Amino acid sequence: MAAPRSQSKIVRWIDHRLPVFTFMEHELNEYPTPRNLSYWWNFGSLSGIMLVIMIVTGIFLAMQYTPHVNYAFDSVERIMRDVNYGWLMRYLHMNGASFFFILVYIHLFRGLFYGSYKAPRELLWMLGVVILLLMMATAFMGYVLPWGQMSFWGATVITNLFSAIPGVGQDIVTWLWGGFAVDNPTLNRFYSLHYLLPFIIVAVVGLHLIALHQHGSGNPLGIDSKGPQDSIPFHPYYTVKDMFGLGVFLIVYAAFVFYMPNALGDPQNYVQANPLQTPPEIVPEWYFLPFYAMLRSVPDILFVQAKLAGVIAMFSSIFVLFFLPWLDTSRVRSAHFRPVYKWVFWLLLLDVIMLGWVGAHRPDLPAFHIFGHPITYISIGQIGTLYYFFHFLVLFPLIGWFERPLPLPTSIAATVMPKGGGPLAGAARPMEKH
Amino acid sequence: MRRLTLALLGAALVAFPVVAQQQQKQQAPEAAQQSSPQAESEPTLPKHAWSFDGPFGTYDRASVQRGFQIYSEVCSQCHSMNLLHYRDLGPNGPGGGVGYSEEEVKAIAATPFINGKQVTDGPNDQGEMFQRPGRPYDKFISPFDNPEQAAATYGAVPPDLSLIIKARAGGPDYVYALLTGYKDPPPGFKLGPGNMNYDEYFPGHQIAMPPPLTDDRVTYQDGTKATIDQEARDITNFLAWASEPTMEERKRTGVKVLIFLLFMTGVLYAAKRKIWLDVH
Repeated sequence: MAAPRSQSKIVRWIDHRLPVFTFMEHELNEYPTPRNLSYWWNFGSLSGIMLVIMIVTGIFLAMQYTPHVNYAFDSVERIMRDVNYGWLMRYLHMNGASFFFILVYIHLFRGLFYGSYKAPRELLWMLGVVILLLMMATAFMGYVLPWGQMSFWGATVITNLFSAIPGVGQDIVTWLWGGFAVDNPTLNRFYSLHYLLPFIIVAVVGLHLIALHQHGSGNPLGIDSKGPQDSIPFHPYYTVKDMFGLGVFLIVYAAFVFYMPNALGDPQNYVQANPLQTPPEIVPEWYFLPFYAMLRSVPDILFVQAKLAGVIAMFSSIFVLFFLPWLDTSRVRSAHFRPVYKWVFWLLLLDVIMLGWVGAHRPDLPAFHIFGHPITYISIGQIGTLYYFFHFLVLFPLIGWFERPLPLPTSIAATVMPKGGGPLAGAARPMEKH
Repeated sequence: MRRLTLALLGAALVAFPVVAQQQQKQQAPEAAQQSSPQAESEPTLPKHAWSFDGPFGTYDRASVQRGFQIYSEVCSQCHSMNLLHYRDLGPNGPGGGVGYSEEEVKAIAATPFINGKQVTDGPNDQGEMFQRPGRPYDKFISPFDNPEQAAATYGAVPPDLSLIIKARAGGPDYVYALLTGYKDPPPGFKLGPGNMNYDEYFPGHQIAMPPPLTDDRVTYQDGTKATIDQEARDITNFLAWASEPTMEERKRTGVKVLIFLLFMTGVLYAAKRKIWLDVH
């Protein structure tokens, strides 16, 4: 670890006792980053910034919010109407949740395409999945806080899922609720946990970064760095690139916050929660729709009831991600050099989008007709769910086994600075088949 | 590649009959199941041009004031607006109000426009609750004291109108369509018991609310001719303002924020290009 270049006596005095400057120097100035990262590598740092925005706006909202079934809805509307810039804090936070998921989903699919989960980054990937799970729990509980119709009924449906657990299910639900229905104790504990979980996410993000800096970022070629000619310091190259990406992202985010703040929300949540009146449709926020579709798609399987089977499928769809490093048998990371996997990746993305579309509709209605025969949303959802698991559990191991990868370039520098020819031509060597 | 195709085909052959079979006896998990009597073919809402549309949209103050007149003379007999205070209408309200002066707001607050109903205040130094005229800091007086009373009086609880534009899909277009969508039921359509009415745009078409607007239902203070269309337009403008009085401030701020962000992003792009010159 090199000493900081600073000439300042004060900096050196502090650094000798508390090496924060050495640490920054090491993690920013010296931290070697592949020179060929594309803009798909912006979404990690963007997600981190989004987490900060959510925590800051959330803290201001918490100063004005009242976690009580009789006052929660009105206190949110008071923030919208009477608190100075309350509308801004609330719309930033509410749309921020959606954009946080957009960023993290892009980050996740980036990882899937470029094989970011492969050795030696397995734990880095798994920590990311933990962050995703924590985010989902946080988002779900946060959505309950405004105490609108969808807050209440969403909470009722999702907490009721635990009643599917054989034997103790109903007791667990009562324990979660703190009573015999979603009520004030439920709202209070959700508020408490909604405030707590983001800080746990911060801690896991810290671990995620430690794991990242151990081996450094992957890169679009998926080959290891062969030496200093392959990398550049993180600062200023990637700080400025990340800042530019942040600017572009903030423009899109601001366009929603200021001009379409309710486009991603459900109008029903502007109706105060009423336990005696079920809304015509109970739909979660858009970022949960694919999982909601899986939950509703699974039928009775042997002695397992549809409800339990649906819950298992929904949770498995996330948990399967933990095992990707071992399910994928290919040694080639980047899908650019995997002619079969490349197509299958896009199929999976389409499948997830299709599941999201299914999740937004009532399952028993026909989505379209084939030769006058109605095809219901639920049957499309079933095919989508089957394919999702088929992709990870069957295709993933199989493709790595029979696919013949394209020749990999010898080094990053060789592709970035080609001596004539296409960017990938020249310095390629045939990939030995294993 | 051939092995993959075979694997895919095989899986499809196995999976398809299973799915097709289950489709017949499929039941959604009960927790997620929904039942809705809604008709599957709702008419599409006619789109209208509203002054508050678009990135520079503002509320039409004159129309909002006429809409408030309709609310106070017609809607308020059954519908509460619990999130609004009288002061919201004046210059100190969120978003600067709807153009009434402070004196006018005081007069509006003190006018008991719901059957002479006043504000219940107290307890006083005798420990008793008492009635008094409204003041600007009071919330809009509700036509009923609690939902149970409303249900007993009207047969159903009339929804609170504070957020109605944001609480309905289609927003202002829906509210306008509902108010002007009363019709005789088509032949063969049976209205339920009680005083049900047929409305083209209400989900299920059966609505308990009798047609609230007629030509000349109110006499506008500013002399505008009160046609049904004009009334529906004005009340929708008022309700849109009530749903989000800070909308104008939001859109104004948005212009500044976006101009700043575009400039900042441009500068960052130039900086990025310059710094990366020696890498590419």
